[in-house]
Amino acid sequence: MANLLLLGQQTGNSWDLPANIAFYVIAVIAIGSALRMVTTNNVVHSALYLLLVLSSVAAVYILLGAEFVAATQVLVYIGAILVLLIFGVMLTRARIGIDDDLNYEQRWIGLGVSSLLFVVIAYSLWDFYGSDTRLVGYEPQRTREVADSIFSTYIVPFEAISVLLLAALIGAVVVARRD
Amino acid sequence: MSPSLVDQMLSTPLFAIELGWAEWLAKVLGVLAVVILPAGGTVYLYLFKMVSFMQSRLGPMEAGPYGSMQLLAEVGKNLQKEDIFPAKADRTVFAFAPYVVLASTFLLAAVIPFGPEAGFASLDTGNFDSTQFDGVGVFFALAVSSISVIGILMAGWGSASKYSLMGGLRAAGQLIAYELPLVLAVVGVVIQAGTLSLQGIVYSQINGEIFGFGGIGLPYILTQFVGFFIFMIAVQAELAQTPFDMPIAESELVTGYLTEYTGFRFLVFFIAEFASAAVFAFLASVLFLGGWAIPPFVMDILGIDEFSNWFNLIGPAVMATKMLLLTFVVYWVRFTFPRFREDQLQRFAWKILIPLSLVNIFVTGVLKVAF
Repeated sequence: MANLLLLGQQTGNSWDLPANIAFYVIAVIAIGSALRMVTTNNVVHSALYLLLVLSSVAAVYILLGAEFVAATQVLVYIGAILVLLIFGVMLTRARIGIDDDLNYEQRWIGLGVSSLLFVVIAYSLWDFYGSDTRLVGYEPQRTREVADSIFSTYIVPFEAISVLLLAALIGAVVVARRD
Repeated sequence: MSPSLVDQMLSTPLFAIELGWAEWLAKVLGVLAVVILPAGGTVYLYLFKMVSFMQSRLGPMEAGPYGSMQLLAEVGKNLQKEDIFPAKADRTVFAFAPYVVLASTFLLAAVIPFGPEAGFASLDTGNFDSTQFDGVGVFFALAVSSISVIGILMAGWGSASKYSLMGGLRAAGQLIAYELPLVLAVVGVVIQAGTLSLQGIVYSQINGEIFGFGGIGLPYILTQFVGFFIFMIAVQAELAQTPFDMPIAESELVTGYLTEYTGFRFLVFFIAEFASAAVFAFLASVLFLGGWAIPPFVMDILGIDEFSNWFNLIGPAVMATKMLLLTFVVYWVRFTFPRFREDQLQRFAWKILIPLSLVNIFVTGVLKVAF
């Protein structure tokens, strides 16, 4: 084990061995729980598998040095969206055990669409990066640089998304109000 | 910083790896100590003894001097109890729920700095020669603190009991509502310090000046007192301590999402609750009370500066003192106030705390630009 780690350290920035091992472990967890998420017959279990998928994605962000994005992933997707999802599911149909009516008739079309998407994304990544797919030792990205690029280079998309979110917020209030 | 013995050891590659493993082990044990020791300490000091004196009784007196071994008795009692699963429970979800809550506490404890280099997993990219810190420390801390909601929802649903489900739903509604003021209260501190890094926030408080007087630095409780107030209220609600203990309201819901838990799993929930109180107090003392630092004029008397190695030694003690002070306030409030009603609780968060924290952010921003 010590020799293995030494190898990872000696090769330095060119090939970060522990990060690569960690990536494959995380990838297996992510893919496995994504498959279970769509095949499980219990809607709360499905939501909890989604938790594993989203956490794995956050872990991959940390491996890539994008710590700000990783923390945002945890705060927004796990802390807010997933909690609301589980909350809603439990309020409406929190049945323990197997649900029989979870299988949707159009699932074969869904399978086709997602396979097509997978092929397109995989091909474009393969085409761009070739066989150079190993993780190198990434320096953590500076939050200051993230802030600079959001509020200077990408200020227009940022403002557009802000207005869109505000409109959605007001829309939600209007829909939810009874009077 | 001059190259120390440790640095020289680190320059030898093979030994560096040996030391790396030792350091890794020390960090794991350290996180365990940071989570469990304050939890045990505050439970004995405040939950057993202080509340007893507030209620004119003695509290535990038999086990050890002043009942100080009572905690071990309680742990032993919980460990030998039967591990009961309710007949209709979802066993996996029910079994894993306490660990999700505890994991949230551990992740939170991992990023808190206890000295210039005494931390577990610093997410900072600054180095110790400059004070230009950068990183996501406080943002990460607030993000991982929200994971505990999922554990509570799992416990509430997995128990297959109406009391548990109601308690879980109430807890989730409350935690979602008070997560916002918690995050927004911190934004004022972040604006003033100009960094998200917890270490950077400590250093900017050391180097701060009050109208040119740098003797005590600038603890942000002086300028961000509104933020501190909102933060502590939100922490009280996040921990479901008494004015906000609707989720475990014992007169209506038995003990809410904890109803079906026994033995070791109950113990894990219990430790997670009190450890979170301590860890949030650590976080509050980093953000508002100057963290591991002592006032700069004391540093001058002692002849050390803020990068001194001595702070790796006295920093944890300083942090523990501040933590005990803040957890004292948490339990004092807990044993003083009656319980909020559910609608009062939600209204307080959405109509008072959130607007107040938004005003605080606005005023801080204006003053930051003006000065």
